[in-house]
Amino acid sequence: MSSSKTAVPQAFEKTARTYLDDAQLRRNLGHATRTIRNKRNNVVGEMPDWEELRESGRQIKQNVMMNLDRYLLQLEESVIKAGGVVHWAHDAADANRIIANLIKEKGESEVVKVKSITTDEIGLNDALDKEGIHALETDLAELIVQMAGDEPSHILVPAIHKNRSEIRDLFREKLGIENLSDKPAELADAARRYLRKKFLHAKIGVSGANFAVAETGTVVVVESEGNGRMCTTLPQTLISVLGIEKIIPTWQDFEVFMQLLPRSSTAERMNPYNNFWTGTTAGDGPQEFHLVLLDNGRTSVLADETGRDTLHCIRCSACLNVCPVYERTGGHAYHSVYPGPIGAILTPQLRGPDDVAAASLPYASSLCGACYEVCPVKINIPEILVHLRNKGVRHKKRRGFFSGVRIEPVIMKMAAHAFRRRALYEMAQKVARIGQRLYVRKGIISKLPFQLSSWTEMRDLKPIPEQTFREWWRTRS
Amino acid sequence: MVEDTLMKNSKDIILKRIQSALRKENGMKPQLSGMEPPLRGIDRKYETHSKLSQVERLRLFMERVSDYKANVTRAEEKELPKVIADICAVEQVKKLVIPPGIDTNWLPEKTSGVALISDESGPLSIQEIDQSDAVLTGCFRAVAQTGTIVMTGGAGQGRRLLTLLPDFHICVVRTDQVVGIIPEAFWDLDPLIREKKVPVTFISGPSATSDIELDRVEGVHGPRRLHVVIV
Ligand code: SF4
Repeated sequence: MSSSKTAVPQAFEKTARTYLDDAQLRRNLGHATRTIRNKRNNVVGEMPDWEELRESGRQIKQNVMMNLDRYLLQLEESVIKAGGVVHWAHDAADANRIIANLIKEKGESEVVKVKSITTDEIGLNDALDKEGIHALETDLAELIVQMAGDEPSHILVPAIHKNRSEIRDLFREKLGIENLSDKPAELADAARRYLRKKFLHAKIGVSGANFAVAETGTVVVVESEGNGRMCTTLPQTLISVLGIEKIIPTWQDFEVFMQLLPRSSTAERMNPYNNFWTGTTAGDGPQEFHLVLLDNGRTSVLADETGRDTLHCIRCSACLNVCPVYERTGGHAYHSVYPGPIGAILTPQLRGPDDVAAASLPYASSLCGACYEVCPVKINIPEILVHLRNKGVRHKKRRGFFSGVRIEPVIMKMAAHAFRRRALYEMAQKVARIGQRLYVRKGIISKLPFQLSSWTEMRDLKPIPEQTFREWWRTRS
Repeated sequence: MVEDTLMKNSKDIILKRIQSALRKENGMKPQLSGMEPPLRGIDRKYETHSKLSQVERLRLFMERVSDYKANVTRAEEKELPKVIADICAVEQVKKLVIPPGIDTNWLPEKTSGVALISDESGPLSIQEIDQSDAVLTGCFRAVAQTGTIVMTGGAGQGRRLLTLLPDFHICVVRTDQVVGIIPEAFWDLDPLIREKKVPVTFISGPSATSDIELDRVEGVHGPRRLHVVIV
């Protein structure tokens, strides 16, 4: 469909340059990330027990990963008991095939869909398209992105790269509305009217899910616009795709994650709507519920003891909004539906070491540590980045691409570069700290110099403008 | 069936991958029966009970709901018919949807000019609900800390569609339904989920989007206006 999807993947460094030149994108992103960052600080600041919640969230997720097989079986049993059907999909093609078959069995050619990064990850819309099924995106931003034949650039605000007049022009053209102003309220109303008709006639809804409870089989979709409610309530059949890492053990665990997620993601005390359902309910909502459990690389992430924590991610996007690299390059530079710091650690692990574009992602970071500080489940992103860089180097070495690095010149170059400014110096210290930890733990010397050299290379390639960087650094303390 | 074996295979593949990732391959089949949720070791040092008095909780709830640009009114229970009729008059509500089991003492008088459309005696059609002006419901709980209304589809709340399609939602909250913090709401919901598997909806303000240049716009697909009446 969109040309960007079929484009030959390029390494992060190359595409980032292109996006750095896009002024509109940079303005929108700068404004967006600043706004959300400040709001987040306020709503997190008012929670007296935020750190305790983060720690419990981390522990629960760790527990889930260590017992993932058992929880999956328990979830399957609970969902079936509640009247649902469970499907297992080991990869994207498997999941797409299951979903397409379910839709074809019903003889339908259009489904309504609520925003889900997981379904983007498996390329569901394109796969359905090939089967003659149109998946209609119903989030305002996703609708905009879909109409433009574009790709989302932010987990939460996928159309962050489009401004209001671009959106108005798009709606005028695609919805055939002549007199449309560029007021956000009016644009939203146009989308509401267009989609309401679609919702009322939809037979099948497709969604992702934020969490699923092993013990009860309850699934939740967290959202703002109400299209999630529409998609999970109006159609007679509901198909939800769940990454296997999104399990939580008990209903009570929601008390942790439903506090952590909204404040970290939309920076609200609570997002407008949370939809929890447990199988099917007679006379209320879909009478047929299918849950597709998706692996698609997650089990290989699980197999890496350091990388494993990546699976704790609850997709809040807080790490994107504090990331100086993301703020300047935008989401498209990450070649993946998962942009920003989380994308930099998740994508290469999901895709494996031979995906060149993905393998460059762990270098798309200055290792400043801001992402770790805001992460609601305390994923140590910088540590995992460093770990993945090392792993990538080992892989290249095995493949004969790598001839070794001389240690001293690189470190000296880096130190000289870093001492020039205090902020950079602090970052360098962090890098060194993380590097050292890994060095001590694994005891392999060839790692440390390479990650440092790559770090300097990245910085030389795309220096972050001094003014804005400082500005950013001040606001986050 | 081919389909069936494929599905079974995927399940086996995934479980095997997990077990080898966690290094519990050799013959350690996952056992579901007698499984103890291994959750004991988790520290839960966060707050589970609100420290606020009932008066403080109510004040906070009202404040937080209005933060979402929803309207909040306080009323005595006996004034409800008049209060609701007045809200309907102001918002030009002609057709008001009411769920099964709604407290009839809340309903506006016939003379108020508001036509009541009940879901009680047979489910309303989607079109009937879609073409109404508003819906009146109670709720299961309300959470002060986040300004959230918790709906469980019980008596006086109705199925999920009723509070979704109308453009305006009037929700009556009794003071004894207001809890302080989120964990308390999940605690109260626990038996309903376990025993009845009810669908649960958390509503925090009217629907909203910030998708266009991050300007918050109230009302996309759900009700664009929300009025909370506390009795
Ligand atoms: S890594 Fe952490 S901060 Fe980033 S999206 Fe995931 S949960 Fe949020």
